[in-house]
Amino acid sequence: MPNLDHPAYPAADLLHLESLVPCRESQVSMLLSIFGERQQFSFPSIFIYGHTSSGKTYVMQTLLTTLQLPHVFVNCVECFTSRLLLEEILIQLQSSSSGTDQACPVHCDTLNDFVRLFKQAVATRELQDQTLYIVLDRAEQLREMEANILPAFLRLQELTDRNVTVVLLSEIVWELFRPNVGCFEPFTMYFPDYSIGHLQKILSQNHPPEYSADFYSAYINILLGVFYMVCRDLKELQHLAALNFAKYCEPVVRGEANERDTRKLWKNIEPHLKKAMQTVYLREISSTQWERLQQDGEEPGQLKGLSAHTHVELPYYSKFLLIAAYLASYNPVRTDKRFFLKHHGKIRKTNFMKKHEKTSNHLLGPKPFPLDRLLAILYSIVDNRVAPTANIFSQITSLVTLQLLSMVGQNDQLDGPRYKCTVSLDFIRAIAR
Amino acid sequence: GCFIFKPNTKKRRSSEKTAHDFGIRSDDSEDTELRFVTCQSLWNQIKSETEQIQEDLNKQLLDNLVGFLSQSHSEFQEKTTEWTCRMKFREIPAAALVLGVNVTDHDLTFRGLSDVLQDNITPYIALLEAKDCPGIKNLMQKLVGQLMNCDVDVDSLEDEDYVHVSQNRIRCSMSSLISWYENVTKKTDSETPSKKRNSSSRHWQFPPVVVIFKDMESFTTKVLQDFIVISSQHIHELPLVLIFGIATSPMIIHRLLPHSVSSLLGIELFQSLSCKEHLSTIIDKLLLTSQFPFKLGEKVLQVLINIFLYHDFSVQNFIKGFQLCVVEHFYSQPLSVLCCQLVDIKKRVYSLSHDQCENIRRLPSFRRYVEKQESGKQIALLTDDSFLKEETEKLLEDLHVYHENYVSILRCLHVFTSSLPKYPLGKQIRELHCACLENRVWETEEYESSLQLARMLNKTDLVTMLQQCVEILMSSSGKEFDKTVEKLKEFLTQFQNLEEASQERDVSVSSQKELQKKTDLYHLQKTLLELKESRRSKKLTKFEILRFEVVDYIDSLVRKYLVPADDRTLHEIVYFNTATVLRGHLNAAPRTALHTALNNPHWYLKNQALKCDGGGISNKAPDICIVYKLHLECGRLINLVDWLEAFSTVVMAAEDPNADAASPDQVDDIIHARFIRAVSELELLGFIKPSKQKTDHVARLTWGGC
Repeated sequence: MPNLDHPAYPAADLLHLESLVPCRESQVSMLLSIFGERQQFSFPSIFIYGHTSSGKTYVMQTLLTTLQLPHVFVNCVECFTSRLLLEEILIQLQSSSSGTDQACPVHCDTLNDFVRLFKQAVATRELQDQTLYIVLDRAEQLREMEANILPAFLRLQELTDRNVTVVLLSEIVWELFRPNVGCFEPFTMYFPDYSIGHLQKILSQNHPPEYSADFYSAYINILLGVFYMVCRDLKELQHLAALNFAKYCEPVVRGEANERDTRKLWKNIEPHLKKAMQTVYLREISSTQWERLQQDGEEPGQLKGLSAHTHVELPYYSKFLLIAAYLASYNPVRTDKRFFLKHHGKIRKTNFMKKHEKTSNHLLGPKPFPLDRLLAILYSIVDNRVAPTANIFSQITSLVTLQLLSMVGQNDQLDGPRYKCTVSLDFIRAIAR
Repeated sequence: GCFIFKPNTKKRRSSEKTAHDFGIRSDDSEDTELRFVTCQSLWNQIKSETEQIQEDLNKQLLDNLVGFLSQSHSEFQEKTTEWTCRMKFREIPAAALVLGVNVTDHDLTFRGLSDVLQDNITPYIALLEAKDCPGIKNLMQKLVGQLMNCDVDVDSLEDEDYVHVSQNRIRCSMSSLISWYENVTKKTDSETPSKKRNSSSRHWQFPPVVVIFKDMESFTTKVLQDFIVISSQHIHELPLVLIFGIATSPMIIHRLLPHSVSSLLGIELFQSLSCKEHLSTIIDKLLLTSQFPFKLGEKVLQVLINIFLYHDFSVQNFIKGFQLCVVEHFYSQPLSVLCCQLVDIKKRVYSLSHDQCENIRRLPSFRRYVEKQESGKQIALLTDDSFLKEETEKLLEDLHVYHENYVSILRCLHVFTSSLPKYPLGKQIRELHCACLENRVWETEEYESSLQLARMLNKTDLVTMLQQCVEILMSSSGKEFDKTVEKLKEFLTQFQNLEEASQERDVSVSSQKELQKKTDLYHLQKTLLELKESRRSKKLTKFEILRFEVVDYIDSLVRKYLVPADDRTLHEIVYFNTATVLRGHLNAAPRTALHTALNNPHWYLKNQALKCDGGGISNKAPDICIVYKLHLECGRLINLVDWLEAFSTVVMAAEDPNADAASPDQVDDIIHARFIRAVSELELLGFIKPSKQKTDHVARLTWGGC
């Protein structure tokens, strides 16, 4: 008995749709009831949000294609200017209507043009009787475009006077979108995260043809046991499942265990998955490297990940400059005299530590310091005399480009540049050795 | 190149300057033309040699990268429908290329890389730099522009297509890139068979599109993230491969990209050769060889190496510095015309002019040489040009032989010193080379202690070292080493015999065996002391005697062949030794120069009137100098009124002592104006800036009275 039920669409299509969107039936039926029948005007704009990989894009896409509703699907990251976005929508409209690809290049600079061209395009498509859906994926990018783009899309139905519905997909809530001048409020809808049961169900659905569904489902169970704590991203889990499945099957292929021997299989795969979590999941090594290791049967320990190469070789004075910068960033100015002068006199014990300085400077983060202070500390920590040559100054600049130092306050470049040291204590320790 | 040759002007100036005895430029008595030609041909040789070296050094890295790239999109070629491939998420293949902090060298590596890729993998390569890509829009523009243009270059399309490309340039989105890629790959498909064969032999039907980020660190997070997200969406249509040029450590990838983005990449790590090894190879192939007649003196070499180690780690800069040495040597030393290959020497020596002969006589090393000769020969050398030429030729040939021998023996000595604990003479051969150039190495303390340590070596080490020395000497071009090789081989056979003999008499060897175990300095010293004691009490074993003989023999070789170059006659012709010039050019000190100019204007203006005595302030100096000197005496904040008064006192002091009395506290308008101008000039130079802390005060930006 299908959960989805709608008089406007054939039952077979709905059944097929339901099989494609597991665990999202309620959302789909909700959407369907908002959409109404093909020729009915729908809500002008719908805002769908939910966490990463909660199926927003996938559900929308399958819904629109299986029911063959006229639609335009645009990713806003890809269209990084408003012009690209508008033109992309028009191009998709044109190409789907005329059947031939890119009849003529469209030029659309403003929203006014867009509304005009949009009316033309819709008119030529002969779909006045059907609702056209414009889906804007990653809609948070719209906020960075011109101020009129987002409000206009929300009221596109009104502006164009056509049967059109704009669907915005985003990972953040609507409150962060609302422009301060006010706008049309879209219908908001939340896609909750998949639970572990949902994940299990969805992942088990695509089992390889050589093995039974139960066998694969058991594997997914183990996989989720290891990875569910750190990763709920469906895409990532699917990827990991595909990567490690060969290893899981190994005992079966060799004939050491049969498909029902779950305990043995678990013993085989569990340490392997843990290792995968430390390496391939963090992208310390690439998936192809991981597969190669599996085939060769080597220990992954032999291949060093990205994080293993932390050591940076620096020229002699660069090292000292960096150390001086670190000292300047984390020591208060008052202590300079005490640390770097040979005859600094007595330190007054009382009143030396003020209250707020009891918190570690490392927790407060690096503080900016002027160039002069950096050089003064450099001169005092290097044993022999350092000539202030052009090479020393250019090294400071190159440390900035290497992101080991960062420049603070770009306006004062000529007469008082200020820097911050951005490296950690461990890094400095490694250098100072 | 950094140093642009301006042959005509430069050389003409030099000949005008040096040939003032005759006053006629066309005479060319100092062979400036020939010097210039020699210099150029020598530099071309060196350049091609260095390029060859660099190519060889990068070969391993490039091969690995090519392997990676050729595998990266194998699925794209085959279009498999296997289950795992379908289920797996398609990552963008990315190579993290760790190149080290010597950013100036990266360009060369990238150029080599793109050449290799163009030959082997794909014609579609885009090189992106952070400074061109402040936003994703600019990045896409650059990318599209480079890719589409490169296609035009490769296929040399007709004009019509070119116009089409330039029109389309405005729409630089991923979709236009994809349609371009489809077009291009389709086109290669339907090309004429001859051309197709040509292209398919090098590339596949769907060559990957390689995007190289030259300086990963400088890219902003947002741009990289957006680009990666966009391209991962189209990875099925457009086989992209990313190459990240990384100067620091691969950790930067995780720092720049959040996990949601870095999970779209399949990153593999590639590491280039360390720049220190690179430098060693360059020094080995350029300096420690008799292939090139030109040599670097000790001080100059030290300057170059110091700049490398202390400042930039840049091999390119080292080579540029070397080039500067070559140019400077040929430019400033008239006799450098003789700094040529051995075969040309004879001809060149006999075509020397009288002035050049005089130049030879003026060389300090030649004078020393003359003084050592008997009086008859002295006169002949000083008066007879043709005799001098004969002698010069002989001496230059000697010098050449000296170089050949020097290099071989230096390598032998390095075999010994590089395995000693704590490396008293340096680990690298360049340190040993510097030590030998500097003075008589056998007179130094370090050499003494090295010999001491060498006398402690165990037998297996000693034998392998001797074998290495034999190999070095056999392969060297020097002719004198037949005897040396024989002697060393003799030592080797003696060691062999000793081994056989020792098997019979095990007892005496016990001390040796102990020796073999000890490796660190502490134990060596202890054994040394023990040995000293035992030497008094008991006789040396056969092995020990032999070892002493070997070390003594090596010592004798060193004394014979590793004479510092300064002691050789006519060394000035081939050695460049003016380190100060080089330091001035390569390691400029702008702050010091500025200080000198302002504090001591005589240094640059060469006006006798400005020469001041002691710390006094001359009123004839330019205004800015006076103001500068006065400001040196002040603290962090300078009161402008006081400063002005001091200035006017100094200026008025000599001008008219009587006028001073007339208006003591009224400053002349002109002087006031001069003062203001000088102060604003100082502000422009960055010595002071207006202060907000106190009115009428300016803040000093430098400290001390330097």
